[in-house]
Amino acid sequence: MPVLRVSNLSMSFGGIKALSNINLEVERGEIIGLIGPNGAGKTTFFNLLTGIYSPTEGEIEYNLKKRGTSKNIKPHKIIGYGISRTFQNIRLFKNMTVLENVLIGFHNNFRYGLGASVLRLPFFYKNEKEAYIEAMNLLSIFSLSDKADEFAGNLPYGEQRKLEIARALAAEPQLLLLDEPAAGMNPRETQELMELIKWIKDRFNLTIILIEHDMSLVMNVCKRIFVFDYGILIAQGTPQEIQNNPAVIKAYLGGE
Amino acid sequence: MNTNLFRRRNILSLFIIVFLYIAVQLMSNLGIIDSYIMLNLIIIGINIILAVSLNLITGFTGQFSLGHAAFMSIGAYASAIATTKLEQPFIVGILMAAVSAAVAGVIIGIPTLRLKGDYLAIATLGFGEIVRIIGLNVDYVGGATGLNDIPQYTNWTWIYFMVIATVLIIKNFINSYHGRACIAIKEDEIAAEAMGVNTTYYKVLAFTIGALFAGIAGALYANYFYFIKPDSFGFMKSIDILVIVVFGGMGSILGSIAGAVVLSIISAFLQSIPELRMVVYAVILFLIMVYRPNGLLGKFDLKDLKLFRKGGKVNAGIKGE
Repeated sequence: MPVLRVSNLSMSFGGIKALSNINLEVERGEIIGLIGPNGAGKTTFFNLLTGIYSPTEGEIEYNLKKRGTSKNIKPHKIIGYGISRTFQNIRLFKNMTVLENVLIGFHNNFRYGLGASVLRLPFFYKNEKEAYIEAMNLLSIFSLSDKADEFAGNLPYGEQRKLEIARALAAEPQLLLLDEPAAGMNPRETQELMELIKWIKDRFNLTIILIEHDMSLVMNVCKRIFVFDYGILIAQGTPQEIQNNPAVIKAYLGGE
Repeated sequence: MNTNLFRRRNILSLFIIVFLYIAVQLMSNLGIIDSYIMLNLIIIGINIILAVSLNLITGFTGQFSLGHAAFMSIGAYASAIATTKLEQPFIVGILMAAVSAAVAGVIIGIPTLRLKGDYLAIATLGFGEIVRIIGLNVDYVGGATGLNDIPQYTNWTWIYFMVIATVLIIKNFINSYHGRACIAIKEDEIAAEAMGVNTTYYKVLAFTIGALFAGIAGALYANYFYFIKPDSFGFMKSIDILVIVVFGGMGSILGSIAGAVVLSIISAFLQSIPELRMVVYAVILFLIMVYRPNGLLGKFDLKDLKLFRKGGKVNAGIKGE
């Protein structure tokens, strides 16, 4: 059963067609690579999946819960559909601690009300302590637990990327969207990230879609690859097929 | 976990709170604190409530509001009407002030909080002017001449416990997942939304809680000074409150308290030369911006106080020890 089905999805900004007529399916447990030249519509596609934009045409089905074009679902509801994401240009809460960043990921798991927080009822402490333990567990997976009380903005770049993934995982997603996770990393860090992505996929039982320009990472990690060019899905298939696909070679290298 | 209320730092703070109250009350009875000092203590208390509540909106949630005095005005008028025209006891006046200011907060918050930055500032500024002009034109509340003969109920006890209640409630709110959501909105609205934070709800909530306490401050003000008029709660009053918040440090409750105390005392000393007051204010703000751009206390807050910390760790209360 597909975990995500996109049918006839189109998105226009005024006269510009950012995406046209996208049809694709993602199976549970896959790692999907999304590649394409700059401006091909990859991030727009993520923004549609996470409800930041609502599609001009077509629809996105996720886990049998339908999302039509007319129904304008608010971005903060998307996480309830099991979709969590990271951002191309890291969007951490820089003046909050590492721990607090992950706790925001747990936002929808907190149950106490306003009264309990203001009056500091026992329920408040119980709930906060549970979340604290879970958050620290998550941080230790990413070996960030000794930095829990540091401000997120003070972390080195690679650890900020990791923290963003940790925060996204706190929401217990089924589908994780990674927008250029290896951007700005050196080859060794990229190598580590590659292992990490494979590992969290099994550990948290995830389906992952990642946008990436680093071809060694994409070819290594992804089971299947979708190629976008000028808002059109020009090719899909295994890394092997994509590497030999004439349309893809033309999109990247130009030609007849 | 249930024993948290009786932990050492809570007992210590309770002791300090009660001691401070009794000390001032005693000194006031003995005449060591005369009515002039008491007047200034009351003003400091009102300013603390105003600054801490505005800090929740502007400092923590990041919504730039220039209409805080309007909520104070609504509270002041509500309490004045309740205690003067309806002859209700003060507690009813305070409740009416709190409720009417909070309702105004919801009504104003829902449409204006869709706006960001400068646009929100202008919209709240407009709201402040609308409230002032309505006050000037409604005869029931005395129009431009204002309301007179409001019974003086506000005393040290009321001020003190209202300040404590405000600080405690807002501090507890901030140190919960609700408060963290508000701070996340200030830090990065898109990321907060992607993490499942309902940004509109939390913005309106912060705005409403802030308005509620500003309303209480208004009630305390009206029932101390006998007399209120719309022009007391104009644009300049909003700026005064904002100055305290920026001076003390955006996003620091302790900073707002310190800011309110320091600026109220400076203001009291400058009473004889009112023309120079704003000049001195400007100079102080200028110096603060140059030498401490994050405000007097910056990010330092109640939870960072050595006195209240155990084992040197932040968030000790949450970790449950």
